[in-house]
Amino acid sequence: MCLAAWAEVCSAQDLRAPTSAVAGEEATISTTGSGKATFYLVGPGVSHRNDVALGEEIHLAAQDIRNAGNYVAILCSESCHRASFYVTAAKPVTLTFLVHPSRVPVAQGDAVSGVALPFDQYHNLVLTPLNVSFELTAKDASLWSKSVRTQNGAAWFRAASGKSAGPLQVAATADDLTARRAVQQVASDPCNLRITGQRTRTGILVQTQPVHDCAGNVVTDGTIVTFTATGPHGTGTVDAPIKQGIARAEMDAPGPVVISVASGVVMGNEIRVGAQ
Amino acid sequence: MKYAVALVLVAVTAALMVLGLFVSGQAGTTVGVTKGSALHTSRASTPDQAVTNLLVDVQRRNWDRAFSNVSSASGIREQAFIQDWIGSNGGLRSFSSLEGYDSRPLHASNDEVEMRVRLHFSTPVGPLEDVRDIHLIREGDVWKAVWPKVPVPSVPAQVVPVTYLRWDLVTGGVDDEWGAKNVDAPHVRIISMNAVDSAEGAVVMGEVTNEDSIPAFVTVNATLVDGSGNPIDDESSFDKIAHVLLPKQITPYRIDFPNLNLKNVKNVRMDVKATLVPASADPVIGVMNQRIDTDVQGKSVLHGELLNQSGQTVNIPHVIASFYDNNGKVVWVSDGYVDRALLPQSLEPFAVEIPKSLSATVHSFHVVVNQFSLGKS
Repeated sequence: MCLAAWAEVCSAQDLRAPTSAVAGEEATISTTGSGKATFYLVGPGVSHRNDVALGEEIHLAAQDIRNAGNYVAILCSESCHRASFYVTAAKPVTLTFLVHPSRVPVAQGDAVSGVALPFDQYHNLVLTPLNVSFELTAKDASLWSKSVRTQNGAAWFRAASGKSAGPLQVAATADDLTARRAVQQVASDPCNLRITGQRTRTGILVQTQPVHDCAGNVVTDGTIVTFTATGPHGTGTVDAPIKQGIARAEMDAPGPVVISVASGVVMGNEIRVGAQ
Repeated sequence: MKYAVALVLVAVTAALMVLGLFVSGQAGTTVGVTKGSALHTSRASTPDQAVTNLLVDVQRRNWDRAFSNVSSASGIREQAFIQDWIGSNGGLRSFSSLEGYDSRPLHASNDEVEMRVRLHFSTPVGPLEDVRDIHLIREGDVWKAVWPKVPVPSVPAQVVPVTYLRWDLVTGGVDDEWGAKNVDAPHVRIISMNAVDSAEGAVVMGEVTNEDSIPAFVTVNATLVDGSGNPIDDESSFDKIAHVLLPKQITPYRIDFPNLNLKNVKNVRMDVKATLVPASADPVIGVMNQRIDTDVQGKSVLHGELLNQSGQTVNIPHVIASFYDNNGKVVWVSDGYVDRALLPQSLEPFAVEIPKSLSATVHSFHVVVNQFSLGKS
C-alpha cells in the first residue's frame, strides 16, 4: 500500500509550463497529482516561492514575468520536477534611436549612422523582427530613406551626409512609433581659399574672400585661418577666426612681404605687398 | 691643557679671517666668476661685489638698498627699476622670485666692466633663466651698475570693439532620453609625429589639429613600448601644447621622456583625447618678425614679437614653436614663457631656443601662442 501510494505521488507530481508567455501578461502552469507542494519560479531578476496544491493550476501574476527571458519553474513535493519556459517581450512602445555623429561635415560618404532598438513597456528589447523605416530630411526635403527589418532587436543604417549645411532630421519609424534626432551638418574644409591685402597706416590689412567649402557652404564662424607674411624682417603669422564668412588680420610688416594663407591643412593663394 | 686645542683653533680662525680681508683688499678690481651665494658687503669695492650687492638685495626685495647700487648715470627711476624686477599687469614676473645667479666678466677696464649675469627665477611654470649683460662703472672707489631704462609699453586710452566669437556649453538634463541630446566630442587628429633622442632623454613630438567646427580641449599622451609589447613609460604633453584648439587650429606638442632613450623602444603608442569646452576666439595674438638668429651666448634662437590685437591684457603669453626640416617633417618643438604681460595693441619680444645639433637642419617653423589670463580659465 505504501509502495502504491508512493508510486501515485511520484507519477502524479508533474508540471507543464506555458508554451508561450508574454512579458507583463498573466500565465498559468498546470500541475498534476494531489497533495501539497512547493513551487519555485526563477527568472531574470525574479525568484520566489509559493506553496501550491498539486492538480491545480499555478497562476503567474503579470508582475512575476515582467522581464523577458528564460524562466525555470520548479515543483517540489516528495521530489522535485522542473520545466523551463521563455517569456517574450510585449508589444513595442518605445523606439530608442541612437544617431552618430551629432555634427558631420557635408558630402561625406557613410558619415551618418543610426541604430533603432524597440522596447516594450517593461524595457525589454523586442526581439521579434519588425520593420523600421529610416528617413533623412533636410529643409523639409527627403534626402534618403530605407526600411530595415530588425535582427536580434536592432535595425541600423549608414548614410552619406547631405550637401547643405544646417540641421539634418533623422527619423526612425516602426508601426506607430517614431523617434527623431537631429544632426548638425557643417561646412567641410575650405575650398579655394583666397586673400586680398592692402597697406594701411599701421601695417597690412589682409582678409579672405568669403570662405566656402567645395559644396558652396559658408565655413563655420570661428574656424581659424592662418595668415603668414614673409619678408626681409622675418616671418609674421596671425591665427584669425572667421567671422561672418571672412577672416581678417592686421600684419605688422614695413618691408615688402609675401602673404600666404592656410586653414588647417588647406592652403590658399599668395599675395605680394610692396614696402611701406 | 684641555683648553689649549680650542684656543689654538680660535686663534687660527681669527688669523685666517684677518688674512682674508687683507687679501681681498689687495685684489682691487679683480673680476671673476661668481655664484649667487656670495656675501653682501656695505660698499662695493669690486665689480663682482657690486653685482652681488645688487642681486642679493633684489633677492631680499630690499629695493632701496638694491637701487643704491645703481649708478645715477642710468637715468632710471627707482619705481621703474623695481617694476623691472617685480613685473606688472599680472605678468609671469609678478609671480616669480630670483632664486640665484651666476655672473662672469665680459670686458674689464679700470673704470668700466661688462658682466654677463645668468639669473635663475623660480616661477609657477617652473624655473626660468634670464641672461643680462650688466654694465658697471667706478664712481670714486665704489662700483655701481648702470641699469638701462626699461621700455614700458604705453597703451593709449581707447575703446577696442571686440566682436569675436565665444562658444558656451549647455549640458543636458538628467531627464533627457538616452541618446537624444548627445553632443559628440570634438574630432581632433595627430597630423605628424616624430620620436628622437635628445641630451635629456627621448622626445616624442609633432602636431595635432582640431578638424571639427567647435573648440576642443586636447591632450596628447604617448606610451613607449618595447619589443615584447610591454609599456616602458608613458607621459603626456603637459604644457608643451596649446590645449584649447579652435576649429582647424594646429598646435605643436612635445612629450619628454627624461633619462630614456629610444634604443629599446620598438613602438610609440599615441593617444589624443579631446573634450568639448567653452572657449573664446579672443584674444588674437599675432606673431611678428619671426627669425632665427644666434644669441649672445652663441645659441640658435627663434626670435619674434607678439602683437596683442585685442583689447584685453594677456597676463602670461606662452610661445610654442615647431621646427621643420626640408621635407616638412617636425624635427623639434620648443616653448617659452614671456615673463611680461602682453598689453592690448602692444608688442612683446619672445625667444625660444633650438638645439645646436638641429640648427642646421631647421628649414622653417610654425609658432602658436598659448595664453593665460587672470580671471579666465
